[in-house]
Amino acid sequence: MKLSSAFRESDLARNIAANIARATTRRYNLMEFCGTHTVAIFRHGLRTLLPEEINLVSGPGCPVCVTSRSDMDRILFLADLPDTIVATYGDMMKVPGSGMSLSEKRARGADVRVVYSITDAVEIARANPASRVIFNAVGFETTAPSTAAVIRNARRESTDNFHILSLHKVTPPVVLALLEGGTAVDGFLCPGHVCSIIGSRPLEPVAGAYKKPCVVTGFEPADVLQGILMLVRQLEDGESRVDIEYTRGVRPEGNANALAAMDEVFCRVTSDWRGIGEVEATGLKLREEFASFDAEQFIDREIRSDPDPPGCQCGEVLRGEIKPTECALFAGACTPESPVGPCMVSSEGSCATYYQYAERTRK
Amino acid sequence: MCLAIPALIKEIDGNRATADVGGAMREISLEIIDRTAEIGDYVLVHAGFAIHKLEEKEALETLELMRKVFGQ
Repeated sequence: MKLSSAFRESDLARNIAANIARATTRRYNLMEFCGTHTVAIFRHGLRTLLPEEINLVSGPGCPVCVTSRSDMDRILFLADLPDTIVATYGDMMKVPGSGMSLSEKRARGADVRVVYSITDAVEIARANPASRVIFNAVGFETTAPSTAAVIRNARRESTDNFHILSLHKVTPPVVLALLEGGTAVDGFLCPGHVCSIIGSRPLEPVAGAYKKPCVVTGFEPADVLQGILMLVRQLEDGESRVDIEYTRGVRPEGNANALAAMDEVFCRVTSDWRGIGEVEATGLKLREEFASFDAEQFIDREIRSDPDPPGCQCGEVLRGEIKPTECALFAGACTPESPVGPCMVSSEGSCATYYQYAERTRK
Repeated sequence: MCLAIPALIKEIDGNRATADVGGAMREISLEIIDRTAEIGDYVLVHAGFAIHKLEEKEALETLELMRKVFGQ
């Protein structure tokens, strides 16, 4: 799309950066909730365009990073079952469970296959009717509706050997949980594509009850800078609203069709977020009508999980309390090749992003 | 993981479409899109599913806002 490249013009970015510099009179901590934003900020070197007063803090918006160790242990348990193929996104392969990772399981003979999308996992199920195929379904609201659509189709087409372990999570309540716990964040750069689905309205309590301005922001360099400008202007004017920067991708009411698919297939349950703990009504579980597709049915015993490894500060990083570079393990004991915590595993984890973009040299 | 990319719809067959995603032709699903999309429309695609129909008008308005100079 020609319009996409227009949002990457460097003159446009410089103009917005100059607007930010002129608008900013105080120091602000702004949290980019979404890991895709963190990557965009580093890839385009946007921090170098910002005045010193703007402190960008990464949040818990990486679905791989917030997957708890006990959820990893459940998928690792499933990978050991006979006649079972586990299909997963590549990012989940190296996340350490209590014992090992999926990658290590595969090296020891488990049938673990990396897929690009859930539809590839369904194809594997169709091609292997004698095996049960379990898809490790991670992701926020951007991803959950596609899982819902696939499950509906699997029921219609009786793809009975296809199952999911739903690790899907919904995001607005976790922002409220962060705020309940107390935070130094002044405003939130909110995830554009999550809001393509849910709209901007679920964020209203953040701006209303907690008085933290929110700007729903796109992912091109100019979008991210414009989102920051819109946050600074609200803060400077003493206002607190939910604004949409990414109007071409988000409507206030969201995507009713996708939300209906999600609601038809999933109900809300308590979910365990790494670094944050259990948050009510943030997990998506298959409804009773779709229970035959739920891989939970194969977990027939209690799985004990070890506590997180000593020294790992993924929790503090995910809550925006410390920067990745402030963790004692960063770039020493914990690297993308040999990760200790999930924030160093995922390509959108804040530790991996800081590491890749050479902040390690500034330690 | 929450990245979605713009794609141009080239052909439609029921709930499936063929779309130009950055120069490569891909089959995508229209099952969970927010508004009806037609051939020639741009949509945001995430993991093989169109999730939003893009409007050029909104994109142009944003660009116009970004080109403004504030505070001088």
